[in-house]
Amino acid sequence: MNKRLKTKYDVIVIGAGPGGLAAAIEAKKAGAADVLMIDRDLELGGILLQCIHNGFGVETFKEDLTGPSYAQRFIHDALTVGIEYWLDAMVLDVTPNHQVYVTGSQGGFRVVEGTAIVLAMGCRERTRAQIQLPGPRPAGVYTAGTAQRWVNVEGYVPGKNFVILGSGDIGMIMARRLTFEGAKVERVLEVMPYLTGLSRNYVQCLLDFDIQLQLRHTVKRIIGRNRVEAIEAAAVDEKWQTIPGSEEIIPCDTLLLSVGLIPENELSQKAGVALDPITGGPYVDEGFQTSLPGVFAAGNVVHVYDLVDWVTRAGQVAGRRAAQYAQCECVKEATTIPTAAGENVRYVVPHRVNPETLTTEEVMLQMRVTQPMEAAVRVEVYDGDTLITRKTERYARPGEMVSITLKGKDYDAVRQAQTLAVRVVRKE
Amino acid sequence: MKKHYEVIIIGAGIVGATTARALSRYALDILWIEKEADICTGATAANSAIVHGGYDAVPGSLKAAMNVQGNALWDQLAAELHFAFARSGTYVAAIGADEACALEDLKARGDLNGVPTEIISGAEMRRREPQINPAVSTALYCPSGGLCDPWGATIAAAENAVMNGVELRLNTAFEDFLWDPDAPRRIVGIHTNQGDFYGRWVVNAAGLYADAVMHQAGLRPEFTITARRGEYYVMDRAKVQIGTVLFPVPSKISKGILVTTTLHGNTLVGPNAEEIANKEDVDVTAKGMREIWDGAQKLVPGLNRRDVIAVFAGLRPAGNAPCLTPGVDYHKDFIIEIPESVQGLVNLGGMESPALSAAPAIAQRVVELLADAGMTLQEKPTWNPLRPARPVFRHLTHEQQAALVAQDPRYGRVICRCESVTEGEIVAEIHAPIPATTYDALKRRTWLGTGRCMGGFDMPRVVDILARELGVAPLTISKKGRGSEFLFRRTKEAS
Repeated sequence: MNKRLKTKYDVIVIGAGPGGLAAAIEAKKAGAADVLMIDRDLELGGILLQCIHNGFGVETFKEDLTGPSYAQRFIHDALTVGIEYWLDAMVLDVTPNHQVYVTGSQGGFRVVEGTAIVLAMGCRERTRAQIQLPGPRPAGVYTAGTAQRWVNVEGYVPGKNFVILGSGDIGMIMARRLTFEGAKVERVLEVMPYLTGLSRNYVQCLLDFDIQLQLRHTVKRIIGRNRVEAIEAAAVDEKWQTIPGSEEIIPCDTLLLSVGLIPENELSQKAGVALDPITGGPYVDEGFQTSLPGVFAAGNVVHVYDLVDWVTRAGQVAGRRAAQYAQCECVKEATTIPTAAGENVRYVVPHRVNPETLTTEEVMLQMRVTQPMEAAVRVEVYDGDTLITRKTERYARPGEMVSITLKGKDYDAVRQAQTLAVRVVRKE
Repeated sequence: MKKHYEVIIIGAGIVGATTARALSRYALDILWIEKEADICTGATAANSAIVHGGYDAVPGSLKAAMNVQGNALWDQLAAELHFAFARSGTYVAAIGADEACALEDLKARGDLNGVPTEIISGAEMRRREPQINPAVSTALYCPSGGLCDPWGATIAAAENAVMNGVELRLNTAFEDFLWDPDAPRRIVGIHTNQGDFYGRWVVNAAGLYADAVMHQAGLRPEFTITARRGEYYVMDRAKVQIGTVLFPVPSKISKGILVTTTLHGNTLVGPNAEEIANKEDVDVTAKGMREIWDGAQKLVPGLNRRDVIAVFAGLRPAGNAPCLTPGVDYHKDFIIEIPESVQGLVNLGGMESPALSAAPAIAQRVVELLADAGMTLQEKPTWNPLRPARPVFRHLTHEQQAALVAQDPRYGRVICRCESVTEGEIVAEIHAPIPATTYDALKRRTWLGTGRCMGGFDMPRVVDILARELGVAPLTISKKGRGSEFLFRRTKEAS
């Protein structure tokens, strides 16, 4: 930790994961005089440090890196450009006027002020309670990420025989990791009729290790008073009700949950940032500015990405805009065009776009589809009946983010638009 | 040499704890046993956390008397022991004419029990709780009803008992009584899984298992305790804020599914009431969860199931003891007695709701019974009724937090992010008079892991701190005692 913490910074970044690191570096490069990054862990890098598998950086570096290696490149850059950081410190409060209340084992309790703030708290895992799993509450029911920390950071294996509920990426990654550690992964159950994580993880983590994935299956009941002894699996119908007669007792000592991630926005809420009930993250513009002027949001805190590369890119945009805000400290009154989720689109980020941005840079609209489409699709941006831009994808799956980029050529159409409605439809 | 205690107490729920504390005032050697790895793990651990006014207990029953007397003792208890308690008042909300009549009956019962209540209009109810169902037409307000932290109350009372000399033994399960070979029906101690302990008096505060304990003494063979399971939802306090305690009009078997605030700020929804055979079965069920959700919607239709952060179930020890008051036809009363047929037993049973509310009075009654039986109760000059509070980081102002962190940097390290529980608080509980040695023990004392991430973030860190502070390997750290260890082995040790 930097012993000479100041009381005021151009930009304060809350969270030193990939989103926060990218935002901090970019803010500094874009001219912010001083940038402070605050993180609750002992090291920079966030959750990447426990993601020791490969698959990071293919987009950003055209290289296949592990999580820690990917993080290290940004940590190196952060130190090179002179980012100040405060580790082992928790932000307790952010006020609407940019006061940040922090407590740490070192550095004590302090209030620091940021001309601009970047929220980069990432996301948390959905828990057993949120999917309301019946049964008692023994030891041995963990989220996949908690198990990942135990295995990869602390060096302990939390079970011998596992069942994994949910085909999220961390669950599949852990299925492979635990197999390497000599544990047996009995089954991966997914309540949806499709994979919720990346297809590549299904191939590399489950198929390659003969781990069975059962779609349209869930855990009907946990069994075991002190420690998990078994789970009762069951098939579900179209309404997610378990099908009588399909029950199967699977003996196991650990149930891992990989049932989704939720952007971590309790601090944002305290600060008064408006949140989108669908993403769970702040409403943002194309520069990732939230409803509060000067408060930006970077990465998984906005919506959950499936690739770290996109988190980095979002962090860079947020950091650059935060630096610009800090330097002129002005609220530009801009006319922004709202985006909207059309056919087979669950949500679109950003929620609004300032057309003037297109005169200097591209704007990526990011979305998740509602239903999987396994044939070629078109991603289309419409204003009413007017097509603004479109592109073709080989398929669209809920587990994989879909995007389309607005470019300089779209400026006129966007400027005149009432709404930028995005839809994903079968290619005729 | 065998140690002889004056009193042996079986069971460390709220009744055992208040009794241990009440007896710790006197010059007595007291042994207190609990079969689990921590105190406060049975019925006391999972309930609605309400200190009932006592308007709905059957007039003339021991339950009614104990509830009303117990209710009045909570202010002093909370002040001396420093746990969370608030005399918030409670409401029973009625929809339609039939339910309104039921409120009149409840009010009349309250009058008989000496508990003042007031009937308020639907409009006034909506003014006091804007989120309530607009169809609510009238409500019964009981100003003496309140809220407590049952974990905090039990742990504080227990700790005060231990501070005043009570010897607490955990992981010690009662198995049988020891009898005087020379005097039949005279208890001289107990046999446990940890050996024999000798004592002049044994107090049966075994909660769900009180029937089994008294049957071992040959008492009340017809008395049985049925576990009545109740399931609950805990709502995210960042999303839902109900400011009051709302009951529906009660049914014959329970007070119904309530929607209540807690002193922790989280809204609690539940319980249903399902009689089950297994006294350890705290499963939550799909059916139960549907039932409590439907019940809750009746009181507060605007609740959103997405805001549920925890589900749990608790067991009420429902007894079948007849009320001893002549003319009162009631068969679910408390048992608080020194039976004539055996010597050396203070027998308690049927400690379902409102046992939490009544516990301070039940403890007093136990002391009175022992005095009447000839026990010499000499107050110890060293007796200290005060149990000092320990710092709770999240309850402090920013200025106080700053001062605490400056004094001890461990209070600056937040381990449970949702509930802002610091390492300082965790370490203090591990080294408290009743040491917290499991994850769940720390949870009940500090509320760590009770927030929206349900311990996903803190669990590895807490295991680490427990291992460090107890000087043991992380592999031995458990959720709730032997058999519930979190971890199996180190990595790279696969055989």
